[in-house]
Parts: sequence; structure tokens; C-alpha cells
Amino acid sequence: MPWLRTAALSLNLHAGVHREPTHLGGLSGMVCEMIQRGAGQYSSRDLVAAQDNLGIDRNSGVSTAFVSFGAAMPSESLQAAISLYADIARNPHLPQDQLDDARMMAVQELRAMEDEPTHRVMRRLRELHYGERLGRSNYGTETGIQDITQEDIRDFYQTNYHATGGILSIAGKVDAAQAIDWAEAAFGDWRTGKLEDLPSPTGAAKYEHFESASSQTHIGFAFDAVPYSHPEYFKLRAGMGILSDGMSSRLFDRVREKRGLCYTVTASCHSLKNGGGVFGYAGTTPERAQETLDVTIHEIESLLDDLESSELERWKVRIESGLIMEQESSASRASSMASDFYQLGRPMTTAELETLIESLTLDDIRDYWSANPPKDYRIVTLGPNPLTIPESSESTAV
Amino acid sequence: MPEFRETTLSNGLRVAAEIDDRGYSAAFGYFVRAGSRDEVDQESGLSHFLEHMMFKGTKRRSAADVNRELDELGGQSNAYTSEEQTVYYATVLPKFQDRLIDLLTDMLSPTLDADEFATERQVILEEIAKYEDQPPFGAFERAMEVHFGPRGLGRRILGTTESIKTMEATTMRDYFHRRYRPENIVLGASGNIDFDALVAQVEQLTQAWSQRPTVATPATDSPDTIPDGISLEPRITTPDAQQAYMVGISPGPCSTSDDRYAARALGSIMGDEGGSRLFWELIDSGRAEVATLWPHEFMNEGAWFTYMVCAPEDAKSNCRLMDDIIQGTIDKGIKAEELKQTLSKATAGAIMQSERPSNRLFGIGSRWLTCGEYLSTDEALDRLRNITVDDVENAAKKYLTTDATEIVAVSEDTAAAP
Repeated sequence: MPWLRTAALSLNLHAGVHREPTHLGGLSGMVCEMIQRGAGQYSSRDLVAAQDNLGIDRNSGVSTAFVSFGAAMPSESLQAAISLYADIARNPHLPQDQLDDARMMAVQELRAMEDEPTHRVMRRLRELHYGERLGRSNYGTETGIQDITQEDIRDFYQTNYHATGGILSIAGKVDAAQAIDWAEAAFGDWRTGKLEDLPSPTGAAKYEHFESASSQTHIGFAFDAVPYSHPEYFKLRAGMGILSDGMSSRLFDRVREKRGLCYTVTASCHSLKNGGGVFGYAGTTPERAQETLDVTIHEIESLLDDLESSELERWKVRIESGLIMEQESSASRASSMASDFYQLGRPMTTAELETLIESLTLDDIRDYWSANPPKDYRIVTLGPNPLTIPESSESTAV
Repeated sequence: MPEFRETTLSNGLRVAAEIDDRGYSAAFGYFVRAGSRDEVDQESGLSHFLEHMMFKGTKRRSAADVNRELDELGGQSNAYTSEEQTVYYATVLPKFQDRLIDLLTDMLSPTLDADEFATERQVILEEIAKYEDQPPFGAFERAMEVHFGPRGLGRRILGTTESIKTMEATTMRDYFHRRYRPENIVLGASGNIDFDALVAQVEQLTQAWSQRPTVATPATDSPDTIPDGISLEPRITTPDAQQAYMVGISPGPCSTSDDRYAARALGSIMGDEGGSRLFWELIDSGRAEVATLWPHEFMNEGAWFTYMVCAPEDAKSNCRLMDDIIQGTIDKGIKAEELKQTLSKATAGAIMQSERPSNRLFGIGSRWLTCGEYLSTDEALDRLRNITVDDVENAAKKYLTTDATEIVAVSEDTAAAP
């Protein structure tokens, strides 16, 4: 991307939430934090100073499969950044005297999330959707975090931080051959390790309600759908585009604009390697919550009733514009490449994706959605009163 | 190198653009001098309500047409309202420039239909309810109200449930005619744009804007009253929050002040997440979830915010620690390497931001609207490089204080918080 002034890297290692022992929820996140508290020749503070002085805009975190580090920077900092991240991943100090600080940090984050009703709803929804094991939270549990010892940190690091299956993607103003040489020098002789498959999804239809004296009733819903790597994925995705991508999409138009039922209503695809889902959310005042849920579910179930080609065309233009504009951001390109690499085993080029999107027809959408009609809803609500839910979901009050 | 061009149309509307033919996209936005500080009590929340109504149809387009056409152009589009302005913007591929400008410009002559007004009132009441449930539970709005008073800069952007429920369409129409006048509006643009075509098209499309009826300025509110639905209590109780949320506010530099770059650098040295004085003492140690501070510039005034989130039982000791760090900086200043680190970070940030026209748009449009000034990325980088340790230490002495107005949002069964 020679037209840019920046470069970005995305480093992904198989040290995500699914590798945690069941009773130590939060361990992968704590290890991600601990390895950044000093590595190689750097102390914790030196690391931050080095990153700042290289102008690195950075993030890190865990997901179901991975621990991920993202870094965007002026392109001249790239070589130094690659070697810095190699130090973090390969030579962390894991300082025991900072374990309690890292633990308190994790507890703080967890408590702050408890104060976000949307987060509470969506976190529980994910557990219901994928099952307690595959759907476990990235933030862990308070008891899990309290129980983590220095040995747990070290063991998790030793077992899961290695080159096998790791993905380093680089995009931006770089010479590819040179960047590969830098990566080879930094990571080429790293040890290998063993990978484990993700646990299977075990979710089932269910309804849960959290009682709260909140101003709004927060509604989360999910149903099964194919993941990104599935050949039918873009047929699903095009249907979801018509439902919820853009201001003329059906949920926005028919739930919010025409009826004024809520400010936020949205639904989108989520993919793991071995399972996927559609996750949606709507927030509305309690007296209108039942109608909001009913209308939203109705719109999802009647997607195929009046499909118009103009709806599909609008979605195509949106996706294609997005792909073109992605050329303006090295960070965004690096992260899409890493995601493709994991899900598909190779990065898709922009041209390839454009061709695929362009080829989709209304019949494709009909085929997928008729063969896979939304059902077995997982629904979680938070608010003063529970709602009446579609018949297929079994109800439990929390 | 990007080129800056600007002009004023015959009706008084200003156009300001940073043109870069190498861009993949083109970003456009109407920046309107209509914000909550321009409202009187009976108009509370109107700037924002109007922002919603601009998507609700014109003489040439129904509400559904507006949303559909915005989606057909494929880009990212939206709007926002602040204390001082309302902004309608979109980023599209360059080939859609004409169509987007036709649409955005038409949107700024809304029909303000009564049925749409009634439906949208419900959406806004939902938006207010949504924020009531979210941390920090209105603490920033309350801080602004207490510090600036509940009117002017302290007036809340969304209005109150009371003001929105009783709002009338005629009040909105008058407010629209008062604020949406060409001389109050800037069309900003950045990226791969055809400037001459833009100016010609907008000149033609906005001819009628100068004929908008003039309406009388409403009477000033009595300062002895408090607007409906407003409280100036410094403590906000929430039903079941686990954490305590503390917001402090005191004066800061305004958007034309020469101190503003040094103040921002000071904010970064003190409060950046991931490496700053407050970060190392309070976040890295796990004492607090958030501990930060930053300056916020308005046109002719400024605010300095502090923000802390932690367990209620730790709030007192953490606030003391934060005050000690602030006082230590006022008394002993900063280190040269702290400034170097902060400036490297800010420089890289400005370079990264400059790559996307959609990021550049807001600075260009907003600055031209409020100050009639343009700053290129390279000029901004020069100003950053020229900041000295003395500048930052002077800013610390001038603006930092341990005596800010404090607002606390905390669960009602918690007695421990300050």
C-alpha cells in the first residue's frame, strides 16, 4: 500500500479463552496483560515508552481462539515494532510482584462491565448461544480471577504461546519481501507447540431474564447461522445486510423509523471457526419492550416475503465501497487478512471478494434462508419485567 | 500534498475543502452553528431533535427516500449534535459526489412533518432512557450543568424527558429558521473532491436558503429558575451500580487559546491510557478502572475534566492519590522525556489520522465554522514539535487544580464514596 504513510501488524496466537481451565475464567486475559509487564531488555514502563516513541497505536486482547496484538504506526517504525512484539510474545518476564496488580485490573474491568446492561445481556446471550464452554466470556469470572496463581500464568504461557498456528499479518507502506525477512528474524526460530480444536457448540433455545430497575428493557436475541468459512456464508450475510445494514435496512426502518420503538436495534453475523450465529440487540422502555421483540422477530422471520432486488443492490454498494475505503487504512487491512487467514486458511484479495459479492442473487438469499430458517432463539432480557417469548424457547427467570 | 481551497457563496454559505486527488474516498459535511448552547428552556434538546428530523423528508424526498438514497451511495453517513454545532456528514466514493451533495443539501430543507415529528419524539425519549442506563449515568451532563449553569454551555444536548415530551413542532420550525441560515453554515469537504463542481452545484442548490423567514429571538430565561427536569445535585444515585463514577470539571483553554497545544500535551502526560502519570499509579496498579483527565475546548471557554471509575470503597483514597499527582505536577513540573514520548505519540497519531478523509473532515469543517481558520497536517505537526517543557509546566500551573467541581454517580446503598 505505497500510497500510505503507515504500516500495521496484527499478531494472533492460539492462546485465547478456550484454552483456560474451566475454573480459571479470566486466565487468558491475565496472561495477555502479564506478558506486557516487561519483556526482553524492557521493564513494563520501558515497553510503553518504546512503543510511544515508535508512535505505535496499539491494542491487545483475547477472544475465544486467540490472543491478539494490533499495532499501527508510521511505516519507518515497523521493523523495530516487529522485534518488540517478538520480545513480548517470546521473552516476557511475567513478574510475580505484579500479579496482584494485574489481577485487580482484571477485576476492575469485570465490575465495570457489570454496570453496562447491554454488555451483561450480550455476554449471557453468547453463553446460551454457543454453550457454557465455547461461549465463555473474554473477561472471565471474579472467582476465576481471584484463584489464578503465578504457576497458572506460567503454565498457560508455556503451553499456549508458541509459533504453531500463529498468524502475523502486515499491511501498509512496506516492502513485502523485507517485512517477511524481519518477521523471519524475529519469530523464525520460535518453538512449536500443540494446538487443540475449539470445543463444540452446545447451545440450545432458551430464555433468561435479569430483573433490574433500569430505564430501558434491554433485549438480546440469537439464532444459529453458518460461520464465515462456510460456502453459504455470503448468502446469509446478504440477507442480514437487507435486515440490518444501513438506515434503509428493515430493522432500522420498520422497528425504529416507522414505529419509533427504539433508538438502537441491530443484528449481525458472528463467526467462530466451528460455529456461527446471528446476534441482535434492541433497547426500549419497558412498556414497549414486548412490541419491540415481537416486531423484530416478525421482521426476521418474514425476510423472504417481499425481497426486492434494490435491497440487495444497496447492500452490494455498501460492501464494495467499504472494501475500496479499506485501502485507506493499514490497520484495517492487516486485521482482515489475519481473520481470513484463520477462517479460510488464506487471505482473500479485495478483487476476489468483490467478485463474490457481485455474483450474489436474490435466489441465493432465498435458498439459504429457506433451508436455514431462524429458529431455536436464545433470548436474554434485562429490565423491570420479563417478556413473553416465541414458543420455541424454553424460559428461565434468573 | 493536499491543497486547501475555500469560498463564500453569494448567500453567505461558506465552503472549505482539503483536496487530495490520491484519496480513495471523498468526505463531505454540513457544519451548522446550532447546538444546545443556542437554545432557551422551551427549546431544550431541539438542536439534537432537529438533527433527527433532517432525515425525515423534504419536498422532493420522503423519509424512506432519504435513508434509501444514503444507503445507495454506499458510504458511511451520520450526524451528531454538540453544545456548539450540528454536523451532517458522509464519506463516499468520489464518483458519487454529485448525488451525495444533492441529497445532503436537500436534507437541510426538511418538511418537519407533524406525524414524523411525533414518531421521532419517541425515538429521542428512548435515546435519553438508553443513556440513563449507561455508565457514568449522566455524570458528565451534570458536571457541565453545575459548572456552567444549566443553560448555555451547560445545557444538556438531548434535552430532558420533560422538554422533549412537551416540545411543539412550531417551536422547532422557528428554531430551524433562526439557526439554519446560510451565514451559520459551513460545507466542509476532504479527500478526492472536484472542488469547482462542488461549489457550482451548491451555489445553485442553496439559492433559496437566503429567503428563509426571519424569526424573533426568544426571550432570555430567568436565571433565578432551574429548567424542568434538571437537578444540580452533585450526587447521582443509581439503582445497582457496582462501581463509583467520579467526574471533576474546572476551567480549561478555549479553542482559540495559544495554550491549547501545551494543555493537550499535559493531558496526555497526565491521563493517557496505557502510559501516563495517572495510569501508572491508579490503573496499572489495579486501584481504579479509569483514572484520567483532559482539556475540552469550546469556542470562547474551555473545560478541564477529570474522570475516575473504581470500587466505591476505594473512591476516597483514590481521589486523594489523584489530587496528590495533580498537585505534584503543578509544583514540580514534568520531565523532558515525558514530553518527548507524548509528542512522538501525538505526531504518529496525526499522521495516521491524516490518511482517511473521513477523519480529516471534522477538524476542517468545525474549525472553519468556528474560527475561519485552516490548519494542515504538516502545520499541526510543526505546532506539536514546538511545544516546550516550559509551555506544559505553565499550562499545569494555569489549569490544573485539586479544587474542581465534583460529581459522583454511585449506587444508593453505598455510603463510602466521597
